[in-house]
Amino acid sequence: MRPVLPDLIGEDLACRRGERLIFSGLGFRLPAGGALVLSGTNGSGKSSLLRLLAGFLPAASGRLMWGTQPVAADLAGHHARLHYVGHADALKPALTPREQLGFWSALRGLSRRQAAAAVEAAIAAFALEPVADWPCRWLSAGQRRRVAMARLLAAPAPLWLLDEPLTALDEASQAGLQAIVVAHRDGGGRVVVATHAPLAVAGARRLVLDDYHPRRAREPVLPI
Amino acid sequence: MPGFLGLVRRDLQLALHHSGDTALVLAFFVLTVVLFPFGIGPEPDVLARVAPGILWVAALLAALLSLDRMFLPDYEDGSLDLIVLSRLPLGLAALAKIVAHWISSGLPLALISPALAVVVDLEPGAMPILVISLLLGTPTLSLIGGVAAALTLGARRQGVLLSLLVLPLYVPPLVFGAGAIEAQETGGDPRADLLLLAALLAAALALAPWAAAAAVRQATE
Amino acid sequence: MLSRFANPARFVRVSAALLPWCAGVSIALILLGLYLALIASPPDYQQGEAVRIMYVHVPSAWMALNVYLFVAAASAVALVWRHPLAEVAARAAAPIGACFTFVCLTTGSLWGRPMWGTWWVWDARLTSVLVLFFLYLGYIALVNGFDDPARGSRAGSLLAVVGVVNLPIIKFSVDWWNTLHQPASVLRLGKPTIALSMLAPLLVMASGFTVLFVTLLLIRMRTDLKQRRIRALQLDRLTPAPAPPHTESGLPARPVAAREGI
Repeated sequence: MRPVLPDLIGEDLACRRGERLIFSGLGFRLPAGGALVLSGTNGSGKSSLLRLLAGFLPAASGRLMWGTQPVAADLAGHHARLHYVGHADALKPALTPREQLGFWSALRGLSRRQAAAAVEAAIAAFALEPVADWPCRWLSAGQRRRVAMARLLAAPAPLWLLDEPLTALDEASQAGLQAIVVAHRDGGGRVVVATHAPLAVAGARRLVLDDYHPRRAREPVLPI
Repeated sequence: MPGFLGLVRRDLQLALHHSGDTALVLAFFVLTVVLFPFGIGPEPDVLARVAPGILWVAALLAALLSLDRMFLPDYEDGSLDLIVLSRLPLGLAALAKIVAHWISSGLPLALISPALAVVVDLEPGAMPILVISLLLGTPTLSLIGGVAAALTLGARRQGVLLSLLVLPLYVPPLVFGAGAIEAQETGGDPRADLLLLAALLAAALALAPWAAAAAVRQATE
Repeated sequence: MLSRFANPARFVRVSAALLPWCAGVSIALILLGLYLALIASPPDYQQGEAVRIMYVHVPSAWMALNVYLFVAAASAVALVWRHPLAEVAARAAAPIGACFTFVCLTTGSLWGRPMWGTWWVWDARLTSVLVLFFLYLGYIALVNGFDDPARGSRAGSLLAVVGVVNLPIIKFSVDWWNTLHQPASVLRLGKPTIALSMLAPLLVMASGFTVLFVTLLLIRMRTDLKQRRIRALQLDRLTPAPAPPHTESGLPARPVAAREGI
């Protein structure tokens, strides 16, 4: 029997980039083991919503809650429970995947031994053994993407925020990623994916961001 | 402090892979100092008189040269996002990056400065004060520079903007740093200037990392 | 409480009412100050007629510093309370302050010519003002250095606070440097003992400059808000959707009600 985990809840969220309101009135509820697939046309705010969920940028209005706790009240705690994989792979051309995964997992607070074990598991799960000790500048775009994804397993975190995770991945890797997401959710983890591609996520809620386009909702010129 | 030393080590490792950057800083320092005698003339008396200023201004400009590399690569490849999300408090993460920057730019500058002091006829007795003043002063330059580097992330023409921002803020370390050497040269007591330099360093150490962290937060919004 | 004053519509209304009064008072004060300074006050027994430059120079120096403090205070408010008008105020005030600083430097240089026989002397006060001028330039460049104006404003706010912490340190270091390199033989500007006949025009000019600053600040803030409005309207035209009805204040109404969560 797992302890009951609080839901991640968005209420009436609005997001502003620069002086433009990108979406407004957006709400969702993501329970443990749940998945949320964000879709929408280019510029509809998928990446912005992910960054908002990661706590990088504050909502222009509305609330993001972890159970009954507002996320903004404990940003460090929120950061500690999530993984964010953005467009950029955050890889240094001069360093090897093994070095970089070890570095990031240590930065997530894992001890040296835990980190080493987690990194080996992550490398195996994403089939990176052959390239694990190459400098990243030798890696192909798909391999780099897999290294970026391997960070998900190099340190445990219950909430995964993935921005276009399938970009540059071949079919075998896509299937592998889907299996990893399923295993993560079976263990009570939750995932939010922004994607164009039809990602088969069983039982996922779908959020079409174009539905929240602020057509008539042009906010006051100044955020108040 | 999970990861503080790890972050310093990674940045140093990267600096080692791009050791050309450090070499460039040192080369710039050498070239700037060497150019002065051509402009001023080779008389030892004149050179010795202006040597403290030349050495400090040249070191300051050289330190300025590599500032934009402090946060920009991590900002561009997405690593900065992950640093914000890490367990390490962002102020300490900024401090780690500043420390690594100083070790790969300010420290080598201080260490090679005696060789250049010879070129501009600095009195040999003032040599230790030169090194000490640079060892105390260049960390302050890196700390202040770190704030400016983080503030200008994502700006157009980051390099020029960065120089404009740090120029007025670099006046105090320059005054006390060059002042210490000059006091020693003219038979005064350099201790007051050195203590003021140390005080600047202490203040910058306490405040700059948090200002840089706030700027990084803005940049990753 | 803060949000009451943060309302741009209210600001636009109140400032419209204030503006003519501020403009009138500043013109009256400056004209009176000029009369007192140029005609009614005596020439200095040492400096002769050249002392009259002081009546512009010293108030500009005061304004240069005070406006910077204003920018920093407004920036701190913007950072701590995310008060949107504070950001607008800080950004609008900086170029005005830079102009006062420039006037201070120019008049200082003009004053130096008859007094010291040269256009520029590395006097401690003048040097501090020069560094202050660079602080202003850095702030203005940073605020305008981003494609996203909101990001520029926020970075500027942080820089202004960093700058104001450094201001006393810079001032101290410049004084230290000055006593080290120059015997204090140069004439000190703004001596503590000053005749009443000279103090009166000085204070009148200073208050005139202050009200002038408020006037210019209100104009610049109003312009800034209007520019935002124009950008918002342009954006609205590019958005393929029916335009919302405008409220009387010229600012749009609050957004539509929340949708149901899924």
